[in-house]
Amino acid sequence: MKKLLEATTKTQLWKSVFRHGYPDTPRNRTLAVLSNVFLHLHPVKVRRSGIQLSYTWCMGGLTFFLFLIETITGLLLMFYYRPTAELAFQDIMALREHVPIGIMRELHRWAAHLMVITVWLHMYRVFLTGSYKPPREFNWNVGVILLVITLLLSFTGYLLPWDQLAVWAITVGTNMARATPFLGHEGPGAALISFGGLDFVHAGDDVRFGLLAGRFVGEGALLRFYVLHCVGFPLIAATLMAIHFWRVRKDGGISGPL
Amino acid sequence: MADYIKHAVNWLTEPTRYFIGFTLAIILILQFRKFFAKTFVIVAFFVLGAAFLVFAWKDPNFAKIIGKPDNVPIVILLATVVYFSWLSLRKAVINDERIARGEPTLEGDFNKQKVFTWPDLVYTELICLVLFTVALVVWSIVLMAPLEEPAELARTPNPSKAPWYFLGLQELLVYFDPWIAGVLLPSFIIVGLGAIPYVDTNPKGNGYYTFNERKFAIWFFWIGFVLFWVSFVILGTFLRGPNWSFFGPFEYWDLHKLEPMVNVDLSTYFWVNLLDQPRPDNILLREAPGFAFLGAFFLLLPPLLAKTVCRSMFAQIGMVRYQVMMHMLLWFALIPLKMLLRWTVGLKYIVGIPEWFFNV
Repeated sequence: MKKLLEATTKTQLWKSVFRHGYPDTPRNRTLAVLSNVFLHLHPVKVRRSGIQLSYTWCMGGLTFFLFLIETITGLLLMFYYRPTAELAFQDIMALREHVPIGIMRELHRWAAHLMVITVWLHMYRVFLTGSYKPPREFNWNVGVILLVITLLLSFTGYLLPWDQLAVWAITVGTNMARATPFLGHEGPGAALISFGGLDFVHAGDDVRFGLLAGRFVGEGALLRFYVLHCVGFPLIAATLMAIHFWRVRKDGGISGPL
Repeated sequence: MADYIKHAVNWLTEPTRYFIGFTLAIILILQFRKFFAKTFVIVAFFVLGAAFLVFAWKDPNFAKIIGKPDNVPIVILLATVVYFSWLSLRKAVINDERIARGEPTLEGDFNKQKVFTWPDLVYTELICLVLFTVALVVWSIVLMAPLEEPAELARTPNPSKAPWYFLGLQELLVYFDPWIAGVLLPSFIIVGLGAIPYVDTNPKGNGYYTFNERKFAIWFFWIGFVLFWVSFVILGTFLRGPNWSFFGPFEYWDLHKLEPMVNVDLSTYFWVNLLDQPRPDNILLREAPGFAFLGAFFLLLPPLLAKTVCRSMFAQIGMVRYQVMMHMLLWFALIPLKMLLRWTVGLKYIVGIPEWFFNV
């Protein structure tokens, strides 16, 4: 057995992938992190509080993990889902009825709910340990935007099953937009934006119309939410996450007493 | 479960009592944190909570609302927020004692040493990842994702609820118009969160749990997050039924439950009740009392507080930071203020100009 292992690790093929021996010496442990594109998100060494779960709660890491789960399950779901008013519900129904032990949609939905909770708890921990204080002010703000994006990701995804639950939740949510000051047709100040008795802000061109591509939650809204959910917001989230993680490193690592 | 307990729970969770009870609980917990940080407190909470859940589950109304697939996360939210609040409080209490004795904090003591990312951190991450994957798979097999009838815009469900994480904001619609509850307040929450690190100039408590060194900040976040966000989400999910009327957890969701709505604008109180004359036709004159109130609230209160209660804070953080913080806090304070006025004198709007969609 030992011989076999030795023989394998000596091959050119093995060595071309792994540049160091098993990470059980300080040198190899350092190399394990430095020579791996994913692991090198981490520093070679971390403060002890950084690995203490009762200190970090692991909520930021879990959020990222759940984001990855969402990406993978979401990608699989995209193979079976067509975002039109005619087909969307049927496709979801088919996922439910025709796939034996089909749990992709369940995984996607429960992980999404969990992700909202873990983001909140992550923020809670970061606040309670004062980890937004200098030099981390900027990264706290990146985090705030990521929190908003997480909610938007969840909100846009909520519409896609195209059942009563989905459509009415989004209707209630987006109804707020019509009350936007100046920009929504039922918002304060919108009536001021008129010229010669002609209203510029009305139900057919206000922010809600822009969000929904229509006066109500219809086919246009479904497509718009689908594109934002599958492409737009994930891209923004991924970009901001890269900044977020990079700044964690640059601003002194996982928080701890400075 | 005995009927009198159900009635007691239904009575207790009525929004006014629910909110006041929650507020008192937070005040008690933070004031007597040394007691509440003890281990048996959290054990007792979860044992009693689990026992309550088991017994309450036999009630069909309770099981129907708590067992809704999309409501399971709210139970998780409640459990995790309680647990982590307790955990942070416990660490803060221990740290405060250590600081008082002149010792380093728990985290400070720990951080003299550094550990290798591989294996210590990488393995922790791997274990978390595996556990969560297993949990998610089990959850997904046991519970099916909800799917209702196909979308039909001609049929409005009652109640129509936003996704659960926005139900705290939807609950605010009871007290405010959409332009405040749905647009202004969320925007202020985002901006206010972003402003926190620039407004909070207290250099202490960076990187460890503490209460004594950051009293105001910790109070603020407990009230803001636990009370106004999490408790409102729970209220909006479990205790609001058809027509957004209140329903106790053991109450049947009766479509025809009527709640008397006899709320009155401030302008009516001022002109009709106080001066005994009809309200003036001129909108601005009619609403002058409301504008005066809001003007005093937003413009007079900050300088007044800066000269009195918040004198030392004002001196510490300076004019710009103080103004930003005060205005965020005042908007925040408008929520409980309006709630109290609604409950006590049935106030509808402070400024009510439905003609311009301008109601505060």
